[in-house]
Amino acid sequence: MPAADRPRAAPAALDRRDLAWVVDKVVEILVFVGGVSAIVFIIGIFVFITGQGLGFITARLDPREFFGTTAWRPTSEVHPTYGILALIAGTASVTGLAMIVAVPFSLGAAIFIAEFATGKVRETLKVLVELLAAIPSVVWGFVGLSIMNPLIIDLFDVPVGLNVLNAGIILGLMAAPIMTTIAEDALKAVQDGYREAAEALGATRWQVIFKVVLPAAKNGLAAAILLGVGRGFGETMAVLMASGHSINLPTSVFDSVRALTATVAAELGETAVGSEHYRALFTIGIFLFMVTFLINLTADLIIRGTGSKR
Amino acid sequence: MFAPTSLNARNRRTQKLVKLLFLLMTLLLVLPVLMILGVLVARGGPMLSVEFLLTQPTKGMTAGGIFPALIGTVWLVAVALLVSVPVGVAAAVYLSEYAPENWLTRTINLAIINLAGVPSIVHALFGVGAFVLFFGFGTSILAASLTLAIMTLPVVIVATREALQAVPKAFREACWNMGATRWQTIRRVVLPNSISGILTGIILEVSRTAGETAPIMFTGAAFFLPFLPQSVFDQTMAMSLHLFVISTQVPGVPEGLPYGVALVLVLMVLAMNALSIGFRMWLRGRKKW
Repeated sequence: MPAADRPRAAPAALDRRDLAWVVDKVVEILVFVGGVSAIVFIIGIFVFITGQGLGFITARLDPREFFGTTAWRPTSEVHPTYGILALIAGTASVTGLAMIVAVPFSLGAAIFIAEFATGKVRETLKVLVELLAAIPSVVWGFVGLSIMNPLIIDLFDVPVGLNVLNAGIILGLMAAPIMTTIAEDALKAVQDGYREAAEALGATRWQVIFKVVLPAAKNGLAAAILLGVGRGFGETMAVLMASGHSINLPTSVFDSVRALTATVAAELGETAVGSEHYRALFTIGIFLFMVTFLINLTADLIIRGTGSKR
Repeated sequence: MFAPTSLNARNRRTQKLVKLLFLLMTLLLVLPVLMILGVLVARGGPMLSVEFLLTQPTKGMTAGGIFPALIGTVWLVAVALLVSVPVGVAAAVYLSEYAPENWLTRTINLAIINLAGVPSIVHALFGVGAFVLFFGFGTSILAASLTLAIMTLPVVIVATREALQAVPKAFREACWNMGATRWQTIRRVVLPNSISGILTGIILEVSRTAGETAPIMFTGAAFFLPFLPQSVFDQTMAMSLHLFVISTQVPGVPEGLPYGVALVLVLMVLAMNALSIGFRMWLRGRKKW
């Protein structure tokens, strides 16, 4: 609307309910819907997987059997049993080993990138870490299957190379980039004033790092580790392909195991929609959702905690 | 006068050692990637040819090319982007330009973190429950792409929000002072100044979407289809699932074939990532404020 057509009275001139105003309001509503969509989706995920799994939870689920026994025999015709303890043990052992591999290396890498490296070296390392994160999980699984498998058989003289060791190393390499990036952010967030004050007192670089920077960044570092655990816990394809996928309570790193995520991925295609087995797999999905939700929530609270103190 | 004491010398030695140790740890982290790439290139490289890219798999997927899988991945990524880009950019615009500091914004941020953190197989279950069954799309490109779109939404949101927030506040204030509405300011000033950053995020999302396997396994990707998809309601083959299938489900696959598929997949993904990184560096060099 041209300005001349608008009413001339002073208060009305400030009241510009023209086309631009209407468009502005519409856009505000649209982007608000976009913003809220994330919440809608996360609730949707919970509602839909619960919707499919609920039949199993109400009709069949016995928590003591589900969480306390190791017999996962959903396809038995006589007496199907649904115990996920061995699957939990599989996920836990692989994730645990992955963290043993990934935590020292990714914290070390984060310290090097944040505190020592400068200029080109720093940029190159950051790019390499980013590329490490870009490799798809099915490719990691393939690496476990065709490169690590024969390597482990040769090196350790074991009959099968698809085991906790294989999946743990693969998962460690997969979780490392995200941990390195978040840990580096946490170290960068420590104010330079802390470092300068320590150096002014005569501390060397590594004394500054160990006595000042690491303690100051410990919450962020804890969050980094926690998110790495979440990543390992939820990883599907790589674990399915590298862990051997056999139900076991592992006693050594050379035992094959089966993970929660891998079980769902391997079996969902073979079940009839609405069957007990199908609903049991969704129940595992609900469990996975809740655990990762808790991990992410805790990590978020920890990070927020460090933020508010500064 | 300033001769180093033995303490100084010892400190310097320790410092050098510590630095070396951390460098070593960093290298041990990145070296495996380079080694893996090396092996993939060495064993998969001989497979690569125009024919490999442009022909059907034959003999029960033990020979031939990867054309339908390649085209299928393009379909899946394209449809997923059609959904996730508008929704993701809208969400980022809201969070960066409108959202007040309140519980709702905090909840949105928490939801975004969780969307990124929920296991991919749980996204797959959601896709089955919501898109395949509830909305009745069946196992189709549409169902698979929607699942992928929701899963990779955080990538777009986070990258776009960062790009928007990199535009100085003064730009907006100048525009508001001229009497522009919020949306006019965003469209004429904020978006043009951040569009390259947003593109970087979208390229990154393409890379993520192309590599995912679990979310499409039960929602729309098929083990083997002798024809190309004609619409979003068809099933399709996909590169990532094809690699899984020929390396675990099909007997008698010649050793080089899966390496060839893995190499093409990795090259696709890394090329996208390299493009995104290059774009970002070029931007940083060009920035005027």
